Amino acid sequence: MTVHGTPAPASAGADHTDLLLPVGFVAVAAVYVRAIFFTPVEAVQGPAQKILYVHATSAFVALYLAFALMAVCSLLYLVLKDEKLDRLAESLAEVGLAFTTVVLITGPLWGKPIWGAWWTWDARLTATLFLWFIILGYLLLRGALEERGMRARYSAVLGMLAALLVPFIHLSVYLFRTMHPMPIVLKPSAPSMSPEMLVTFMSSFLAFTLLFAGLLRARYRYATLRDLLQDREAAR
Amino acid sequence: MPDVALATPPGMLRAAWLVARKDLAIEFRTRTAFFSAMVFALLGLTIFYFAWDATAVAAIDLAPGVLWVIFTFSGLLGLQRSFGIEQADRAMDALLGAPVDREAIYLGKALANIVFVAGVQVVALPAVGLFYNVPLGAVALPLAGLALLAAIGIVAVGTLFSAMAVNTRLAELLLPMLSLPFFLPIVMAAAQTTARLLAGRPASEAWPWLRILLAFDLVFVVACTLAFPFTVEE
Repeated sequence: MTVHGTPAPASAGADHTDLLLPVGFVAVAAVYVRAIFFTPVEAVQGPAQKILYVHATSAFVALYLAFALMAVCSLLYLVLKDEKLDRLAESLAEVGLAFTTVVLITGPLWGKPIWGAWWTWDARLTATLFLWFIILGYLLLRGALEERGMRARYSAVLGMLAALLVPFIHLSVYLFRTMHPMPIVLKPSAPSMSPEMLVTFMSSFLAFTLLFAGLLRARYRYATLRDLLQDREAAR
Repeated sequence: MPDVALATPPGMLRAAWLVARKDLAIEFRTRTAFFSAMVFALLGLTIFYFAWDATAVAAIDLAPGVLWVIFTFSGLLGLQRSFGIEQADRAMDALLGAPVDREAIYLGKALANIVFVAGVQVVALPAVGLFYNVPLGAVALPLAGLALLAAIGIVAVGTLFSAMAVNTRLAELLLPMLSLPFFLPIVMAAAQTTARLLAGRPASEAWPWLRILLAFDLVFVVACTLAFPFTVEE
């Protein structure tokens, strides 16, 4: 049984401005001003290292927030059948895709001067690329289904299976070969970074998480309004 | 169909077998999907050979990769058809109306698909041996076991996605788009193991890959069997 919760117009919030999104953008801009002008240049990599503050943070948002939450929402949807969870998973997928795209663009830009190659088939890169493919497939699947209940069930199944697949891809490519540096902050010993860099790095996590939350809320509101409109048109 | 009048609904395994037998009977009488998958596999093997410089890359280095890529792609042809055949006259509704578990329908479909994929493999494997001049005879048995393990993984995921893709507007395009990322660990593990088998390396070198393959089969057979009822819910 699907709960066709028609959202109340007030909760859709069409008439009030959401400050979270502009705050997110300003925070990211502020972090970048700090990263470029007020954070020391890394000794070995030079200015190229500054891309860390967008690359690693986008990866964190995409992989550990967006897709982890998407898998949880998918699983919960199959149990609870609440349409809100489906709309949330849909929004997480699209916002996550945007951040993964940023990771996949900034990665090669950083890799070229440091590794000497735009791309390498390392475990993390491959897993990220395949996650990107799966999310594209997920969004295509959603687009190819008209009926809302079916769309929600199918995408939840795919979202859940994708979460099971990623460890397999990571593990098999790891067996194949690996080159990506190990994490430099979240590791048992102390982070290998100067204190100024660490502050910039940590604030960029905060800024990107704010931006993520802002984008997610905007995308979720869109999904809610779209479904509401559909319900009203169907009722007419 | 079965000559016994079923007074009581069949058990899970028996129901799965009945579904598989139905699909295989349809396939055996028409043979269209099997022949197209077989010809596709043979054509693919031929074209791949000429996509490389045969003097630069030894055929024995090429064969494992080609074998498993072709195997996977031709398997998709059969998977496409798995739920496609249920669309005529809305046969799917009758199947869902039958007094059997949804899981049994999935397992039956998957079983028929494994037979289909294995059938293509029976043709493709000797063809690789012939065209790529690879001595497969000595490793035939481990290779057959490997093919079965790979087929189980491919079919587990592919059967589920076939049930989903058939209800969408982009059925033919969506099945490969959804399935291929899931086939990556299978193709890698199978190709790496085959390469080691052909090179006569000790089995311990292939063991980590086989473990991935076994784990994949286990996880996805269970997950897809449990997920299938959600894809046919009314």
